[in-house]
Amino acid sequence: MNSPIDLSILSERPHAPPMPRARIVNAYLQETRSEILRYLRSPGFVLPTLLFPTVFYLMFGVLLGHGNGQQARYMLAAYSTFGVMAPGLFGFGVSLALERDGGLLTLKRALPMPPAAYLIGKLAMAMLVAAVIASLLLCLALFVAHVPLTAIQVVRLFALEVAGVVPFCALGLLLGTLIKGQGAPGLVNMIYLPMAFMSGLWFPLSVMPKFLQQIAGLWPSYHLNQLALSAVGMPHAGSGAAHGMVLCAFAVACLWLAVRRLRRNG
Amino acid sequence: MANRDGKHGNGALARLRGAGKSYGALRALDGIDLELRGGELLALLGPNGAGKTTAIGLLLGLVRADAGDVELFGMDPQRIEARRHIGVMLQDAQLPATLQVGELIRLAASYYPAPRSVAESAELAGVVDLLKRPYGKLSGGQQRRVQFALALCGRPRLLFLDEPTVGMDIEARQKLWAAIRHLVAEGNSVVLTTHYLEEAEALADRVCVMARGKVISEGSVEALRARIALKRVWCSTRLSLADVAAWPEVAEARIDGDRLCLSTEHVELLVRRLLAQDASLSQLEVRAAGLAEAFTELTRDDNIALQEAA
Repeated sequence: MNSPIDLSILSERPHAPPMPRARIVNAYLQETRSEILRYLRSPGFVLPTLLFPTVFYLMFGVLLGHGNGQQARYMLAAYSTFGVMAPGLFGFGVSLALERDGGLLTLKRALPMPPAAYLIGKLAMAMLVAAVIASLLLCLALFVAHVPLTAIQVVRLFALEVAGVVPFCALGLLLGTLIKGQGAPGLVNMIYLPMAFMSGLWFPLSVMPKFLQQIAGLWPSYHLNQLALSAVGMPHAGSGAAHGMVLCAFAVACLWLAVRRLRRNG
Repeated sequence: MANRDGKHGNGALARLRGAGKSYGALRALDGIDLELRGGELLALLGPNGAGKTTAIGLLLGLVRADAGDVELFGMDPQRIEARRHIGVMLQDAQLPATLQVGELIRLAASYYPAPRSVAESAELAGVVDLLKRPYGKLSGGQQRRVQFALALCGRPRLLFLDEPTVGMDIEARQKLWAAIRHLVAEGNSVVLTTHYLEEAEALADRVCVMARGKVISEGSVEALRARIALKRVWCSTRLSLADVAAWPEVAEARIDGDRLCLSTEHVELLVRRLLAQDASLSQLEVRAAGLAEAFTELTRDDNIALQEAA
């Protein structure tokens, strides 16, 4: 089989025909499209993420608010924050945990999928769901609770919440690399709900024990909520830039740890 | 044109050379050599835990070798450029249940530079009638066919098929075999892991048997079969198990349901003696040893096997 001049090498080792740029872009688009389609078609994900914040807001912000505009305004910020945590934590954390367990991630790693396409697809899905949640809550605030909001406030809150899903995607990604399998939804809830509570999303921090007030700065949801309060013109603690920096740093740290874990353990 | 390594095995699409991998104290792969050549179908056989999956994992870039070299199209398999020439069907991959078959194929095809059309991929894998169905609503065998469609949609030159026909009925299995033969005839290569000797026999140009992290036999299916002298005989008889077990022709005897099951190297002698001693003997069946016996035989004397393989 070893002839002196073996020309088979010419056919056996392809000169890696380069992937045209348009096809790489297409791979990202297809991944995003699939990710969005598959979640919009699974009621187990869509219904809780959309219904919890809207129904809670309707109950506590609108019905129990008795036309108290300030309460409805305060809770618009809080429930928007609460709402956009879910697509990040569940869309990334639970789906990654299940896909690692079910072998889908392994298959995708073996296929020539551009590695970032997987993350971009999930990120786009989470941002889309966050946009829907923010829109629903804004509609309830404007047309049901009749909270007087300026156009600027509406746009600021919407943009903030769509971008605000990112640190929770990063946290979800990290959680997804730490947990595995069917227990993931329960475990993610054990982080999601207490964190929402301790960040003052359900009850104002001012009525909470001193200790919880002191550690509130640890939670990304606290910082996002302060920014949301500021967006709708409510009093808030600290400067916007500082909250924004904390959220960025938090997202980068989670992403770095998660990518490191994925590289090592798959 | 000078080859990079310039020595041997120029025609290899993928190669393991002295590849080793341990998980803690477990030695999953013990320095194996394996070469996949163009246009051939290589069947990788072996009991569970033999190291087949680890070997495939190395070639796919899913696992890093502790020792030795791993090459896929002359590159590190973790490079995406190398993987653009492969198609993959893993043993268990739960694809998104809410996506339709056509959507799944379209997504997988988008990863490749010059893929087949969705229609062509579906045609080859026999899933044309399933294109609009959500993946989660399919039977196990149909899901395997869809996974096969995903493996071939990128026009890969090398396909990795890990236990492809598990859960398929006979008709579906034959169709898949035909599709695999078609791909090999087009000049592509296939690496197949399987538990079914018939499958290796029906498809493989070369069979590589693994056990305990080593390659213990490599060659054609016939060569493998010839190495396994044992045949099995089943029959309903009034002869007692103890009596028959004592015959010199019988290597092993046991009860299998309402029949005796005998293993032998001298099947003609044994059958003649059975019929002579029990005129009422019925339900006689003779079969070549299955893969299970092959493994037992081959792994019993690793050393002999290794010498022969060398």
